[in-house]
This record gives sequence, structure tokens and C-alpha cells, in this order.
Amino acid sequence: MPLVITRNFGRENSRSIDVYRENGGYETLTKSLEMEPSAIIDEVKNSGLRGRGGAGFPTGVKWTFLDTKSGNPIYFCVNADESEPGTFKDRHIMNSDPHLLLEGIIISCFAVGCHKAFVYCRGEFHRQIEFMWNAVEEAKAAGFIGKNILGSGFDIDIVIHKGAGAYICGEETGLLSSLEGNKGQPRIKPPFPAIKGLYDCPTVVNNVETICAVPWIIENGAEAYTAMGTERSPGTKVFCVSGPVKNPNFFEVELGYPLIDLINNEAGGLRDGVELKACIPGGSSMPILTPEEVAEAKMDYEALNAMGTFLGSGGVVVVPHTMSIVSLLRNLASFYAHESCGQCTPCREGSGWIAKILQNIDAGRGRPGDIELLHDLCDNMRGWAHKFHPIQPWLQKDEGMGGSKTICVFSDALAWPVQSYLIKFRHEFEEAIANANPSAAVPADISEKTPFTVLNH
Amino acid sequence: MSFELSQETQTRINEEIIPLYPRKKSAILPVLWEIQEEHGHISREGMLYTAEILELPAAHVFGVLTFYTMFEQEPIGKFHLQVCKTASCEIMGCKGITQKIKDKLGIGTGETSEDELFTLTEVECLAACEIAPMMQVNKDNFGPLTPEIVDVILDELKEHGETKTTKRCL
Repeated sequence: MPLVITRNFGRENSRSIDVYRENGGYETLTKSLEMEPSAIIDEVKNSGLRGRGGAGFPTGVKWTFLDTKSGNPIYFCVNADESEPGTFKDRHIMNSDPHLLLEGIIISCFAVGCHKAFVYCRGEFHRQIEFMWNAVEEAKAAGFIGKNILGSGFDIDIVIHKGAGAYICGEETGLLSSLEGNKGQPRIKPPFPAIKGLYDCPTVVNNVETICAVPWIIENGAEAYTAMGTERSPGTKVFCVSGPVKNPNFFEVELGYPLIDLINNEAGGLRDGVELKACIPGGSSMPILTPEEVAEAKMDYEALNAMGTFLGSGGVVVVPHTMSIVSLLRNLASFYAHESCGQCTPCREGSGWIAKILQNIDAGRGRPGDIELLHDLCDNMRGWAHKFHPIQPWLQKDEGMGGSKTICVFSDALAWPVQSYLIKFRHEFEEAIANANPSAAVPADISEKTPFTVLNH
Repeated sequence: MSFELSQETQTRINEEIIPLYPRKKSAILPVLWEIQEEHGHISREGMLYTAEILELPAAHVFGVLTFYTMFEQEPIGKFHLQVCKTASCEIMGCKGITQKIKDKLGIGTGETSEDELFTLTEVECLAACEIAPMMQVNKDNFGPLTPEIVDVILDELKEHGETKTTKRCL
């Protein structure tokens, strides 16, 4: 299998433009500039490339939604706000091959007729932002960025924008709000960014990894890309494996790759003495898998959907037998309560209460009925179903309610893991509640006076 | 209290940063970053300065400033120890790391050591789960950590102002 994203990673000085060009870098750009822009879009569409940030929307199709008749400039935003717990691929792409990302951006911008692109990096990526700016300067000096690049008549400018610490800016409309100079609060869709995005202009928002696949697809053709992966999930994906495995790292494999092989082969298997208790397949927002499910899981969009979970961002977190599921969920719920932007009541209040209840259960202060209360809270946060479904409530579409209860999917992204943990590992929660001691100390991160001690935003 | 910003930074803000964006308002995070880089934190005066040069209401700048977790409104230590506490890092033992720092420096989360060298913060996922448990010291990542490694890092930072034996990760 040819490597699409990580092909240059091992080379010495892979960050420099010279090394990138010695290995064929920017040749695809030259070729692309001689193509019809619509032919590039068609190629990406035919490749079946899907967004690698979490939602998995077909990239080429997203591009065709752009409102090209509005008369407004088109903007291109790359989502490098990688902050889904368990995911670290984009950081490595910018560490090792910033020019691949730039080449992908320039080709994509040429295809959609955009002359100004922004790369929104999370603020904690201090070094990666330096690498990206260096790469932009190198590419400018070489004539790949600027006016009339390579004599094609096409102008492109790329700006690296530094965020400042907010998970919600990884949501595409939250990202746009932040880039406009506001709080990173998501907006109601529709209108989708393709119609009214940055400064109310048509805008494309794509993940780093997605855009990095574009040069390869244009170079080798859509057919070569669809030859990899599965029929409906073509191509390769960079998966991140963390937790107690022998070689925690990122690995590029074909979509449809067995999860158990990813853990046992690529990641070197579990560390000595560790038994597998559970596994998060695609970042912290995704429903958890039991060891039996891990043995069967194939890492592509459809196969994981069929199991009641999602591919998400591809962040695989291995949970060892020593880790309490109650503690893990308490950890994640605290994360979401901290990161909720606070606009929508179900999310702001729900995430705060879920965190507080779980902090109490985990500290030995659980009460009978807490499990049902958590389910009830989740049902009021999740967009799809309001009736409790015993097996996979997060997948059941509800006929009566429909739609979403909040502006973005953040509250769903908390409700999914909470309900899946509660259902698949109910015994751990029951045990914690049965063994609770009402006189146990209040956890340090909870104040009894205020309901939401963890809300900073 | 008057607010001062070096001529160099002011020039960078006006001639390089603001022109990057189609609308001035978009430069709010970069300008706040410049102020924090120079002063270590963003004071009320720094906020008012940002509002003035970007022609924004001070309340808007304050709202944005407080929405994001990385802006400091009070001075912090020379070395900002940000220990990741999310999922993979908790699984791999970040609590022992935080405890080690607390014990060694005699400070709690959110506090600065008496010598004003270290500030400890527990932060959400830093997207470096492969080196869990990890922390970011100013701009550099360190991991995988053990209490022993943390001991060495803190000693070296205190003595030399940099880590000599522990390699930073990117």
C-alpha cells in the first residue's frame, strides 16, 4: 500500500522545501495549474475522499456546494485545531511535512477559485505554527505562494492563524467565529459555510489530513485512491493509538483495517501485564467498544457505524483492565463540561450536571437512580432520540423530535460516550453506587454551593 | 498605569499582522498573543490597547480574552507547567505527575511558586497522547513522563533555565 499522507515523514529534514521538492513535492501543483479547476474537483469527488476531522463528509461534494455566484470572495479554512482527546495526527503532519499541507491547500484553492486561505491552528501548537510559517515563507520565496504563481495567473495567499485554547473552535462554524475575531461559538446551520461562512462569504472548511490527501489523488488519479480501503470508505487514514500499548504512535493504514491488528501489530500490542478492558475507536466523543467488539471492528466509516460507533478523528484510546470506566467517563465528562461554549442550555447545563454526577459517583458519593438520571440528561442533550433504547440509543433516529436540540453536535458528542459507557459497563457504575459512602469527602473539583464549578467559558 | 509595548512589536502588529486579515477584528487573537509574548500576561491596559488599535469595544475584547483558556490576566511564573489531564494521560498516570510537581514545588494547581519560576496548570488534551503522560513547558512538550523525569526537568529548569538531559518532543 502506498503511503498518501506520511510518505515523507521519515526523511531527514522533511520539513524543508528542498527535501520536499527532491521527492517530487510541488510537481503536482505544477500539473494541477494546467488542469481545469472543475477537473480537479471531479477527481477529488471521484476519489471518494471523506473528511478526516470527524464528520466524514465527502470532500469533493462539499466543494461543489460553494456559492460561486454570490460575487463574494471565496475563503478556504484548514481546520488544524486538533483537540479531540486521543488524536494527534495533524500535529505530526505539521511537524514532519508542512509543505504537503501547503501544496494541498494551493491545489484545493485553485480548484475552488479561492485566493485567501487560513490555517487555524490550536494555540498549544506553538512549534507547529512556527514550522507552518517557515514553510509559507519558503513557498513564497520559491514562487508557489503569491501573485501569479508559476506564471499561471493564479494568486494565492496563506495565513497561519493561532487559536488560544478552546476545543469548540474545532467545530467548523466555531472556527469561523473565532477567525472573525469573536468568541469561538458555533452558528446555526443552515446557512452552511459553503454559502455563508467566513465574513458571510462562501467558505470551505477542511481538516489538515483531508487536504494532505489531495496532492496524491491528483498525482495518481482517483482510481488509484479508490483501489485502497473499502468501497464506501476509500483510501488511507492516519490512526492514532494511545494508552498502554508498546508503541503508542500514529499509523497510516487502509480504511477497513482491523482494529485488533492496529493495536497488536502497528502499536506493538498491549504492554506486559495489561489486559484490554475497552477501546475508544475514534476520539473521545465516540461510543466505546468492548474487547469482543474490538476483535471484530474494522476501521472504516460504515463498519464502525454498524457497530454503533463512529470512525471520528481516528484517535484510538486503549483502556487497560486497571482503569475504572467510571473514572474514565468522569474524566471525559469534566473535559466536555469545561469545553462547552455555553450558548445552548441543554449542553451548558447538561454537561455540567453530568460531570458533577460522575465526579460524585467516582468519589464514592453516588446515589441510587444516578444511572437513570444520567440517561435522562443525555436524552435531553442528544439530537436524535428521546426515547430510551436499551442497546444503542445514540443511533436511534427519533420520529417525533428529529433534528438537533443544540446549535452544534457538541452535546451529542458527550451524550454518545456517556450512554455507551453506562450501557456497556453498567456493572461498574452499579458497583460504585452500591459501595458508595454518603459521608465520603466531596471531590476537590466540586463545590457544593455552585452547581457548575468546572465551567470556565 | 500606562501600557507600554516595544516599538518592534507595535510595528509588527500594524505592518505585518493586521494586514494579513480582510477585516481588522480578525487580528484580535494575534494581537493578544503579541502582548502576552512581551508581557507574559494581558493586563487591563493591554486589553484596552487591543480594543483601541482594532477599533473594537473594550467589552468585546474582554469577552474574547476570557473565552480562551490560554490568555493569562495575571503574571505567571517563568516556566508554565501545563500538565495534560485528559483521557490517555489519566490512563497513563498524569495524577502522579501533577502530585510530584505539587509536592516538589509546594504549590497547588493554578498557583505560582514563591520564587516566581513555576506556575502549575492542569489542562485539557494537548494532542500529544502518544507521549502520555505529558506536559507542555512554555512552548515545548515533554513526555512520556515519570515522577523521576519530572524531578530532573524541574531541577534543570531551575538551575540552567533549560532542560539539558530531557529531550523536548515536538
